[in-house]
Amino acid sequence: MEEGKVLSQSIQQSAAAYVIIHDKFGEAISAFDANETMPFFEVVDTALWPEIALFMRDHAKLQFNYMACLSGVDYQAEDKVGIVCNIESLGQCHHKIAVKVKCARQGGSIPSVACVWHTANWHEREAYDMFGMLFTGHPDMRRILCPDDWEGYPLLKDYKVQESYHGIKVPY
Amino acid sequence: MQELDRAGMGSVRVTRKGNNVVVLEKDLATEQMVLAMGPQHPSTHGVLKLECLTDGEVITEAVPYLGYLHRCFEKCCENVDYPAVVPYTDRLDYLAGMNSEFAYAIAVEKLLDVEIPRRVEFIRVIVAELNRIASHLVAIGTYGIDLGAFTPFLFCFRDREIILSLLEWASGARMLYNYIWVGGLAYDIPSDFNRRVKEFVDYFRPKTVELYKLLTENEIFVKRTRGIGIMPADVAINYGWSGPMLRGSGVKWDLRRNDPYSVYPELDFAVPVPDGKTSDVGDCLSRHLVRALEMEESLKIIEQCIDKMPSAEGFNPRSAVPKRVRPKAGEVYGRAENPRGELGFYIQSDGKSTKPLRCKARSSCFVNLSAMKDLSKGQLIPDLVAIIGSIDIVLGEVDR
Repeated sequence: MEEGKVLSQSIQQSAAAYVIIHDKFGEAISAFDANETMPFFEVVDTALWPEIALFMRDHAKLQFNYMACLSGVDYQAEDKVGIVCNIESLGQCHHKIAVKVKCARQGGSIPSVACVWHTANWHEREAYDMFGMLFTGHPDMRRILCPDDWEGYPLLKDYKVQESYHGIKVPY
Repeated sequence: MQELDRAGMGSVRVTRKGNNVVVLEKDLATEQMVLAMGPQHPSTHGVLKLECLTDGEVITEAVPYLGYLHRCFEKCCENVDYPAVVPYTDRLDYLAGMNSEFAYAIAVEKLLDVEIPRRVEFIRVIVAELNRIASHLVAIGTYGIDLGAFTPFLFCFRDREIILSLLEWASGARMLYNYIWVGGLAYDIPSDFNRRVKEFVDYFRPKTVELYKLLTENEIFVKRTRGIGIMPADVAINYGWSGPMLRGSGVKWDLRRNDPYSVYPELDFAVPVPDGKTSDVGDCLSRHLVRALEMEESLKIIEQCIDKMPSAEGFNPRSAVPKRVRPKAGEVYGRAENPRGELGFYIQSDGKSTKPLRCKARSSCFVNLSAMKDLSKGQLIPDLVAIIGSIDIVLGEVDR
């Protein structure tokens, strides 16, 4: 974090939460990006992601019990796809933080956190449906919005829509 | 007569007496049957398909299938300019278009750092709250129909019509408004708008009481909903529930209070949660009650906004609307309290383009519906209808 910058209260809270997570996991997570609009950190060692998630949910001072959103993102320039999770605490603590996890663009996988937050179940299915990364350990890894036999992953930046689907012309 | 442990029920024929499930016959020869409910089914409120695995009358598993209304909203967003996304947001939750636009505007404005005129904020809150009432009226009316009460539906649609006329007067459209723009509004409200809204508030206040009595004091309705589909608070949070669903489980969480935006901090309103006397906390009746009570609070908000609104003198609703929306590079997750819960937009901007690099809509219905599997386990088929109705899904928002 940059020194001498006056941070708003909510970002200070996020930074305090980050320090607790960083003390436990050290190099497995990246430095804290204290930007104004959405402070976040990235999970470098993706295999530890479920463990970090569980720690964030159950630690008495963190209590990140509510996953507001999980969005898939295509980082075409880095040749990666990833997820951005907006997590916050409902109840005693009132802080929120965003977590990013990335994996290879072709055949990459991210460990699932559906067992930590049930809501991640469908969000991860949607991310898989749209970006094609697999979530290992997911209880029900199927497409959710597109049909099961749809070709390709629509939200990738270089996605080309298929010519026909069961004899129906697709592009129009 | 014997009450059953719902989870491990085998071959029995059961009925409900009051709040208890009662066995009529035991040791019947039954087999599991797959019952497909939807996608064209009146009680799924749109094109939702539920594949129910049933054992007699009891559902052992209900798996939702979505996507029948998928229109690749997020891909569309990446191909149009920021302001051009607004009409698409109307088509997410088409019963509460104003609220969807509001959430999107909030998200983009966070990236832009624009100062919104105060009059704009008050107008936004008024139209959003009017739309919230209209949306709850549909939710309550159709919920009544699901459970066999036809009259409330007619009453609800009669009153909703007045709101739609008002919003049409302001924006020019009945449902898909394109009224709340990034940085402002499409038009100022008509000069007589506030008086007409006030008239509506005075007219509608007694109607909420009438509606409340029609359903909440109706024995059949209560028997169909009380104690059905109970969701404990901690599980609800874990499932990411929001809005009336979460408050129905007794969690006092309202983004208008807990993550305040616009002028809500200046306004006085209550966040109703069930007290456990008229309903069992977390059941279908609680969720219905929260919606019914919320309409009253929305009326309060509208009245205060009309009183506090600055005058129209020298007001230009588009004064803060940027000529060209090109936010700084960065990401934002902006959200608002919609009639169905938290509608959030995750927007990524690269700082160069006038189009969003990524725009994800976090749909409240989508998340609320994801708990269907847990909610339906061990329920009777008619209760499943009560549960789906209480979730109040809009498939336009679920499938996007």
